[in-house]
Amino acid sequence: MVKKISGRIYLSAIFLFLYFPILVLIVLSFNDSKSRVAWGGFTGKWYVSMFQNTAIMRAFATTIQITLTASVLATVIGTLAAIGIQAMRRRGKAILLGATNIPLLNADIVTGISMMLLFVRFTRLGFLTVLVAHLTFDIPYVILNVLPRLNATSKSAYEAALDLGATPLYAFYKIVWPDIRPGVFSGFLMAVTMSLDDFSITYFTKGAGVNTLSTMLYTELRKGIRPEMYALSTLLFGIALLLLLLINFRSARKNDIHN
Amino acid sequence: MNFKCKFKRQFLSGPYMVWIVGFILLPILMILYYGLTDSAGSFTLQNITAITEPIHMKALLLSLKLALLCTAVCLILAYPLAMILNGLHLKRQSFVVFIFMLPMWMNLMLRILAWQLLLSNNGIFNTVLESLGLAKVQLLNTSSAVVFGMVYDFLPFMILPIYNSMSRIGSDVIDAAKDLGANTLQVFLKIILPLTVSGVISGIIMVFVPALTSFVISDLLGGGKVLLIGNVIEQEFMQSMDWNMGSGLSIVLMVFVIASMAFMNAHGNEEGGAAVW
Repeated sequence: MVKKISGRIYLSAIFLFLYFPILVLIVLSFNDSKSRVAWGGFTGKWYVSMFQNTAIMRAFATTIQITLTASVLATVIGTLAAIGIQAMRRRGKAILLGATNIPLLNADIVTGISMMLLFVRFTRLGFLTVLVAHLTFDIPYVILNVLPRLNATSKSAYEAALDLGATPLYAFYKIVWPDIRPGVFSGFLMAVTMSLDDFSITYFTKGAGVNTLSTMLYTELRKGIRPEMYALSTLLFGIALLLLLLINFRSARKNDIHN
Repeated sequence: MNFKCKFKRQFLSGPYMVWIVGFILLPILMILYYGLTDSAGSFTLQNITAITEPIHMKALLLSLKLALLCTAVCLILAYPLAMILNGLHLKRQSFVVFIFMLPMWMNLMLRILAWQLLLSNNGIFNTVLESLGLAKVQLLNTSSAVVFGMVYDFLPFMILPIYNSMSRIGSDVIDAAKDLGANTLQVFLKIILPLTVSGVISGIIMVFVPALTSFVISDLLGGGKVLLIGNVIEQEFMQSMDWNMGSGLSIVLMVFVIASMAFMNAHGNEEGGAAVW
């Protein structure tokens, strides 16, 4: 009993550690004062004025464009790659998986710098270079989420379908896809999270004039944060919380029905 | 027919192979090229040996020290936490992943900023200390604050792999050990600990490498006073515009990353790196 209670206390302490700064930021987003330390009363005005601030809205649009485009493309390329990798012999598999681990395990700063050196040599830094960089670190997350699911699917069911006259595409859609879908989905979600939260790689690969929320905040941190940034981030966090709860709730209900 | 199908399936990873060559291998070659040449383009080792200069050496040693400290703290915090989480016997383990990924949806810059506020001399932390009758502590702009921020940012990367490997231990294995007379300590030492080594190793890599190479957290919580090797490299690129020197130091950093991974992999099974989540 004592063990259980102390366990709960420890768990709560860690959650407090992880979520307390977020709580602080949410409170700040409703603060009717530009000061970060003094409470000036409750207001929702930052949630209105953020939509009128073109710099913030542009950075927001860039962030969303890069995050969504990179994650969707990474999911497609990564899923295809995982299917191909699974069909490979040991040697080819080992080489490709080794290469997949490079962007995951290498230092962000080195990944960012190395891509910048490449881009500067052959093209100009801009929106597209950031997109390519994001794709590069997103794809491995998709592959590592899809591959275990693929390995768990039954090969004979797929081959049986082929023997019974199904085209490879139809057999894939009917047999393999339902099994790997959760992996594809969590890979996509992880890619979105990583893209949205990335600073270092974007910082080195972006051209002048291109700003995501992270790089914009980095420059603002020195001269003072516009309160609208708290509001926008709180909004994003709220949307993510809602979406993820919805997904969790829905699949939990599905599980209950299955059982 | 069968052969044709097989050929086709492998072909699907074609786009990704092109991607690997173009955007993973080629950039690394670029960094090697810049790192091993001077501004005129002729071969030199000067950018690599520059690491022995006192300023660079000091930054590298401090980075290693703080990264080790951060990894140790994360491990000490995460292991019991993973055990407690595992003891809850949650039906849906994805919920645990969800809870630890969610903070990342609040921008990292802002989360660090929040710690800036909390740790500052008039921040909540010091106010609590004061109300308890204790002396204020200078936290912000010290290396402790940097370690604190790193632990905050990287802790999930330690928790998830450990929890993952722990949840895979069948309860029948533990029951069997208990039936055969093992006490709690023996079950922990002989079963749980050995079976979670792979998780611990991936956790250590996932925390140590980013901690060693981070430059944002030290920049913001160290107030420019805590110079890590990441900061040195960033300054070479963005302020001094000495790309050759920056690349040379990056190569040194890469060597450390590879060495630490090789070290960890040699001490664990091969499952380590890939089973991140």
